[in-house]
Amino acid sequence: MDSTLSRSISLKINGRAVQATVDVRHTLADFLRHQLELTGTHLGCEHGVCGACTVLVDGRSTRGCLMLAVQANGREVTTVEGIAALDGTLHPLQQAFKDLHGLQCGFCTPGMLTTLVELLGDNPDPTEAEVRVAISGNLCRCTGYQAIVDAALAAAKTMRGTAPAGGVR
Amino acid sequence: MITAATTAMPPIVDPSRPGDSLIGASVPRLEDHALLTGRGRFVDDIHMPGLLQAAFVRSPHAHAAIRSIDVSAALALPGVHAVYTYEDFRPHFATDRLVVGLPSSHYKQDHNRQVLAADEAVHVGEPVAIVLADTRYIAEDAATLVDVDFDPLPAVSDCRAALAPDAPLVHRESPHNLLAEFDMKYGESERVFAEAKHVFSESFWQHRGGSHSIECRGCVARHDPLEDRTTLWTSTQMPHAAMRVICEILGLHENQVRVATPDVGGGFGPKLVTYPEEICVTLAARLCGRPVKWIEDRREHFIATTQERDQYWDTEVAVDDDGRVLGIRGSIVHDHGAYTARGINLAHNSAENVPLGYEIPHYAMNVKVALTNKVPVTPVRGAGHPQGTFVMERLLDRVARELKLDRAEVRRRNMIPPEKMPYRTQLKARGGQWVTLDSGDFPACFAEALQRADWEGFPARQAAARAQGRCIGIGLSNFVKGTGRGPFESVTVRIGPSGKVHVYAGAAAMGQGTRTMLSQVVAEQLGRDLSNVTVTTGDTAATAMGLGGSNSRQTVVAGSSAHVAAQNVRAKVLKVAAVLLKATEAELEIVGNEVLVVAQPSRRVELGAIARSLVGTAGYSLPGGVSAGLEATEQVLIDDMAFSSGSAVVELEVDPETGGVHILRLVFVHDAGRMINPMVIDGQLAGGIAHGIGNALFEWMGFDENAQPVTTNLGEYLLVTSTEMPRMELHHRESPTPGNPLGVKGVGECGVIPMTPAIMSAIEDALSPFGVRINQTPITPAQLYALIAQGKQA
Repeated sequence: MDSTLSRSISLKINGRAVQATVDVRHTLADFLRHQLELTGTHLGCEHGVCGACTVLVDGRSTRGCLMLAVQANGREVTTVEGIAALDGTLHPLQQAFKDLHGLQCGFCTPGMLTTLVELLGDNPDPTEAEVRVAISGNLCRCTGYQAIVDAALAAAKTMRGTAPAGGVR
Repeated sequence: MITAATTAMPPIVDPSRPGDSLIGASVPRLEDHALLTGRGRFVDDIHMPGLLQAAFVRSPHAHAAIRSIDVSAALALPGVHAVYTYEDFRPHFATDRLVVGLPSSHYKQDHNRQVLAADEAVHVGEPVAIVLADTRYIAEDAATLVDVDFDPLPAVSDCRAALAPDAPLVHRESPHNLLAEFDMKYGESERVFAEAKHVFSESFWQHRGGSHSIECRGCVARHDPLEDRTTLWTSTQMPHAAMRVICEILGLHENQVRVATPDVGGGFGPKLVTYPEEICVTLAARLCGRPVKWIEDRREHFIATTQERDQYWDTEVAVDDDGRVLGIRGSIVHDHGAYTARGINLAHNSAENVPLGYEIPHYAMNVKVALTNKVPVTPVRGAGHPQGTFVMERLLDRVARELKLDRAEVRRRNMIPPEKMPYRTQLKARGGQWVTLDSGDFPACFAEALQRADWEGFPARQAAARAQGRCIGIGLSNFVKGTGRGPFESVTVRIGPSGKVHVYAGAAAMGQGTRTMLSQVVAEQLGRDLSNVTVTTGDTAATAMGLGGSNSRQTVVAGSSAHVAAQNVRAKVLKVAAVLLKATEAELEIVGNEVLVVAQPSRRVELGAIARSLVGTAGYSLPGGVSAGLEATEQVLIDDMAFSSGSAVVELEVDPETGGVHILRLVFVHDAGRMINPMVIDGQLAGGIAHGIGNALFEWMGFDENAQPVTTNLGEYLLVTSTEMPRMELHHRESPTPGNPLGVKGVGECGVIPMTPAIMSAIEDALSPFGVRINQTPITPAQLYALIAQGKQA
């Protein structure tokens, strides 16, 4: 394959229409990070294990390191930059992470948040075990996961008490 | 839209309420908002015009001679700007080795790392050349086109085999593979062992793996010809050390190099080392005239970032009829890797840690540090201490078993009683100071852990489980960990004309909440408003001296300096405010960004106005006869360690059909002295505990007999995930240390220390019907299954 081959794509990122020309071999994560400078999506292993690069593609959690940018053509992508409300108000998950110390170095955090946004969208009232399964594909070396699990449960509770239920941009 | 109703909001300190102390308050971290919204600035987030991306050509051989290097094909690839080898760099070196080992009289030979391998590569992953290109994709393509003519040489993989007389040499020119040897001993072990009624011997293999911060290493260098200064942003725990090494190697002075840390995505030890890649990237940026970025990928992290690895222990314990330990002796062989990237501190820590928490009258440990053809070994969270604790606790379990005593009772009989604090041991730290345990009530802490875990009730639970065919077990471990290694950290506290309180610290942040900790300590003295404080850490341009992040030290050493500096600034604020407000200092208090007369709050002056009055007006005297400026710099000297301590109890189940281990309960009682932010302390402990569980059950950095790494991705090398983690029950006792003005002890590494012995103790207990004995860490399900099968046959 010609490694310099590029293609034009159009997609929605955090609610905004984006058109770009991308090298066909560039991953979605590299496209977001280095072409669009949306550096909130992090790369921890680049082989699909750590989950730090998780973004939502059409609402589904997706490894940004295992998907090519061209595959996002026509899709809607949500990154950690698109989770808070437009006015900057933190998403209940973000707020709960802050209140309950669900992050330390913050490197895995974007992938944790996107993964949990998907979970709470599917299951507004998860058990602790369900939260643990949901983030079992996201590695964190700092927290021992407990505060993340607690934050997810607290955010779920907050969101259940907030009508209408929240979504993401 | 989503409203931001919050849950379980921690208490917020009201600066106007005198009783509302920031010390001990679980305030939310100041770091978090940016990190939660994708606006952190990690090293790979740095973009700048003209930036070139680097990739390294690395040795695929554990040991090889380098005959020649042909870079022509790589240079011909479109988008490639330069390829540098050792020969290209050589004219720019004042010295070509990273001389970074901690001093010791025990070295038998020096093996300092090369910036790039010249004619011999001694481990897989050793950098041989650096490629610069427009994108990382092209740089990695080009790296594969660099043609290095390697001539493979015999390699040493096992550290015990390295010391055999006929072993291949790790370095061609070395006389042998023994890097260092020393004895750590006190008392009369030979006599005691000759006379003892009971002597039990145990051999252990202990393995620890890599750091695996989720952010790998990386750095960006930009040379500014206008200022003749090169700035290196690097994901390091020790920017000041990096600056010194860069200056030494490149023959530059201090104003020509600035090293700064952006947000660091975890450190856990290996990022405290200055690496060849940091030198290469700095020099490459100076040579090519454009900024250069290198971001390590995970595979490189496995082969080129330092790690901890193997220790082999042969030990004996002598006890009396009551289970009181009379002496411990033995020997350690420690895998050092191919170069000295930090020193022999790990082996020292391991040997020193064994007798720390107990009264051990006689002790003798011989330590051999062996070179191997593997990436260098340096501290990983715990830094050798977990291995020492593992040995001590495993020996005590053996004593209990042999003498048919309760495991907890054996410990109680040997613990240091609180009335003996401070307890001067007969051990010496690496700097030659006597090791003196400063404070703590170890038996009370242990008793609390046992009580909370219902140790006494476990036999009934175990009997009930066995009646159902389930194998559950309980295990325990105490530990003591030296923290806060000195001699100091440098902190400046300055109130600017804006009234903001600026803190500049030689400390380096890597996720532990250093900014929040320093803000709490400083704001406590200067108005108690965290939003009025800015913190700059990890920048050599902001702080001339700094030691950085290691050894659970920052709250102890940087916290102490920040505390005293803030007190000094406070004294000056009050002195000048008294003049400006025509009041006495005793009548004043700093509230938020103002000083006011407490009884008459309308009489007030802003901190900014005081600062402005002290920057001077030409021809006018300063108010109050004070010195110029509103700032203080402190380096509080702390030579002795602050010893944190704790006790862990683990209850778990082993599935005898699979060898799988499931932790049911985990109680951890910890004493970190006075707590600055309990929420952050819980977080630090929890992360350490997870790391320790990984060391017990999952993490194995494998090498084959040719020293080829065989676990080089996160599918082969297992980190603990959320589903393996139990709910941790964390409890605190506070025995303030007299060793620093805040009374604080370190906490970053403490969670790790007791986990491997507590888990192995519990597994043995669960599998006691099969007589399973575990003298290693980690232990895998397959190994456990084999041990169970053996037990069934016997």
